[in-house]
Amino acid sequence: MELNAKIPSGPIEGKWEKHIFEMKLINPTNKRKYSIIVVGSGLAGAGGAASMAELGYNIKCFCYQDSPRRAHSVGAQGGINAAKNYRNDGDSVFRLFYDTVKGGDYRSREANVYRLAELSVNIIDQCVAQGVPFAREYGGLLDNRSFGGALVSRTFYARGQTGQQLLLGAYQALERQIGLGKVKMYPRHDMLDLIVIDGRARGIVARDMVSGELEIHLADAVVLATGGYGNVFFLSTYAKGANGTAIWRAYKQGAAFADPCFTQIHPTCIPVTHEHQSKLPLMSESLRNDGRIWVPKKKGDKRPPNEIPEEERDYYLERMYPSFGNLAPRDISSRAAKRVCDEGRGVGKTGLGVYLDFRDAIERLGPDVINDRYGNLFEIYERIEDEDPYKVPMRIFPATHYTMGGLWVDYNLMSTLPGCFVIGEANFSDHGANRLGASALMQGLADGYFVIPYTIGDYLGSTKFEKVSEDHPEAQAAKAAVEDRIKRLLSINGKRTIMSFHRELGRIMWEHCGMSRNRPQLEEALQKIPALREEFWENVRVPGAKEELNQSLEYANRVADFLEIGELMNLDALEREESCGAHFREEYQTEDGEALRDDENYAHVAAWEYAGEGKKPIRNVEPLTFEYVPLARRSYK
Amino acid sequence: MNITLHVWRQKDAKSKGRFVKYEANDIIPDMSFLEMLDVINERLTLEGEDPIAFDHDCREGICGTCGLVINGRAHGPRARTTACQLHMRSFKGGDVIWIEPWRAKAFPVVKDLIVDRSAFDRIIAAGGFISAPAGSAPDGNAIPIPKENADLAMDAAACIGCGACVAACRNASAMLFTASKVAQFGLLPQGQPERDVRVKRMVAQMDLEGFGNCTNHRDCQAVCPKSVSVDNIARLNRDFIRSTLVADRRAAVGVGSAG
Repeated sequence: MELNAKIPSGPIEGKWEKHIFEMKLINPTNKRKYSIIVVGSGLAGAGGAASMAELGYNIKCFCYQDSPRRAHSVGAQGGINAAKNYRNDGDSVFRLFYDTVKGGDYRSREANVYRLAELSVNIIDQCVAQGVPFAREYGGLLDNRSFGGALVSRTFYARGQTGQQLLLGAYQALERQIGLGKVKMYPRHDMLDLIVIDGRARGIVARDMVSGELEIHLADAVVLATGGYGNVFFLSTYAKGANGTAIWRAYKQGAAFADPCFTQIHPTCIPVTHEHQSKLPLMSESLRNDGRIWVPKKKGDKRPPNEIPEEERDYYLERMYPSFGNLAPRDISSRAAKRVCDEGRGVGKTGLGVYLDFRDAIERLGPDVINDRYGNLFEIYERIEDEDPYKVPMRIFPATHYTMGGLWVDYNLMSTLPGCFVIGEANFSDHGANRLGASALMQGLADGYFVIPYTIGDYLGSTKFEKVSEDHPEAQAAKAAVEDRIKRLLSINGKRTIMSFHRELGRIMWEHCGMSRNRPQLEEALQKIPALREEFWENVRVPGAKEELNQSLEYANRVADFLEIGELMNLDALEREESCGAHFREEYQTEDGEALRDDENYAHVAAWEYAGEGKKPIRNVEPLTFEYVPLARRSYK
Repeated sequence: MNITLHVWRQKDAKSKGRFVKYEANDIIPDMSFLEMLDVINERLTLEGEDPIAFDHDCREGICGTCGLVINGRAHGPRARTTACQLHMRSFKGGDVIWIEPWRAKAFPVVKDLIVDRSAFDRIIAAGGFISAPAGSAPDGNAIPIPKENADLAMDAAACIGCGACVAACRNASAMLFTASKVAQFGLLPQGQPERDVRVKRMVAQMDLEGFGNCTNHRDCQAVCPKSVSVDNIARLNRDFIRSTLVADRRAAVGVGSAG
């Protein structure tokens, strides 16, 4: 497989502008002759669908939720980065670019990251114009806060609901186009396969989740904006319905899957408390602006936190990383939390937790200011833990939050399968081996509002399309394959529930392919997962019928794919024999326990190519070059 | 603890529904309400029965997908709390809990506890936006907005579109939902050019969908998990009246339908 990233030539500052000029344009009146399918309605999907509709294309947009407004971008709390330098603190497009490449531990593509930093500025403007109620100062200007991995204050926010507000902005733009008839929306639809005709993505097979009917939808291009696959871990900060099915089916049809093992484990989530837990809610990273993280110095110290005197507390992030302190990047903060818990200094019933303490900030700023900044987050915490964080420090622990890996895309955000574009978290390109806080919203909107509307035109304008119909044998074959799989799932009638398989898979992933990894563990997982998958197909029980609303069937389809995705993640982690960002291989670490990269052998993207059922996928490589941010050991000390 | 549930079961939109009794045993107080339903569903699956269908997604109170009437109250007994954030510690052993879907003409039942809330999307599509195509925006700081206005707009924008307001209202009115959007944009300078036409169209769509009128009982505010205030309804009413009094600016300047 050839991996041509199609990075424009010339200096990095001018690449995107030059590329825009060089891309084919389509006459405005001809745009309405093209149709595009967008799967997913989060920031990338809704933003992309709305923007392409504004240009005149005919869009069909699909989401599994009952309304596009519920896509899980809605869950992002803390903020969105933009290199506005409104603080006069030395920020610039180049600094945001630099921080993001460094934060990703030099495993992202420079040209894409630069474009992201460049577009960050337009995103804020766009959202303000849509009426997103960002936080403001008394003078009426936009406020900022700080986020991990940066020494400037460039994060814009709307209380603790930034993702919700940005998503509603994109959703409203989308609804406007629905009202104007340019977008046809298909809520409660599950994409179950990609239709490829003559080597090009030309449509999808979707299941109407209310009637259970399988539908064929055809178009000139397909844009996947279906988010990440982190629910492979069962417990995560993702929405329960979030899944990897769309990108996994595209992978099986020929789209390469890049760096699947790069998974973000977010340091500040609510810890596991009981065996039936279904979700680990996020506590925004923004809390680390004012909260201080600590554990007792003594092992097994069971005293209540407020009775532990100052000198017996270990503010370990401040101690280990004095220049970034509590704002150390996520991968580093998570690993540090794991380390202190492994030492037996973790807190809470399970010993898997650390304190996030606001005592000093409340003393310094008063409870009103803290309430203004984090009120809703404190309330979420109080609801779940039944403790008041104004009085008792929060207990937090890392949890799966985001996948930096995803389908491989070129500079135009097209996968290795022509006509199949991938935007937002579903692709791999911008965050390398670790994503910085407040960058996911930025990437989703950059891809949706400002990249895909241009690059899709170039593809459509330079491609000749044969007319295809639903009777096309490829379309019918894809539909038949989906139908077979559904019938098979419903006919197993075994003795175990779908959730029990998902939980077991999650446990394997967390233990073997979580915050730290090593060869024997990964090799063991590569035995366990196929065995579990085999059992799933023999012993799962999926109740109900196919021609009805059947949540069990929806779930079984997703878990069946997770059982394959998990295996690829372990394989990728095994074959990347270095530590970088969130991928920490215990065999490769410095004396002080930091990630040890191997730039000579692994400064590349691993893009996995499907080789057929039961065959080992092929590992292709896209070398990464660092011209503008010279390779260096990442340090936050 | 052990709890008795009476759950609304309804095969599909056309079938008649009824309450079915289930015993929920060994419930842990730290479980969320939906996790308790997960446990019941696991059991029903293994017993060969159809699990209870209910909508949920983020399970952290922000997506607005979940919505259950629990013992007669939308989202259950805790104020400012969605069903997914409600925990079993709010109940005690021996309790009897009645679980129903949202009930409103404009929200037909799809199956069991799942209803169709697409009417909300159509209200937004009718006018719940600021027309600002990508690429057309001025600098974010070009228009200063007083902090008080931005904060009030944010209070209104906090609506998660769950529909509890409709479920709680004796008229099944969607006024709080609609008002939250009208007020958010009415409070911001960016929202002014379309202010009159927005409120007219959204209210017209709301009526078309079969939602009832507001008779100032404020049940909506009481159950709103995001504390969206009925002050916003006052703002909507003021804007609506204003929109009927001022001449249609679009007609005055010769602009046709929005586009």
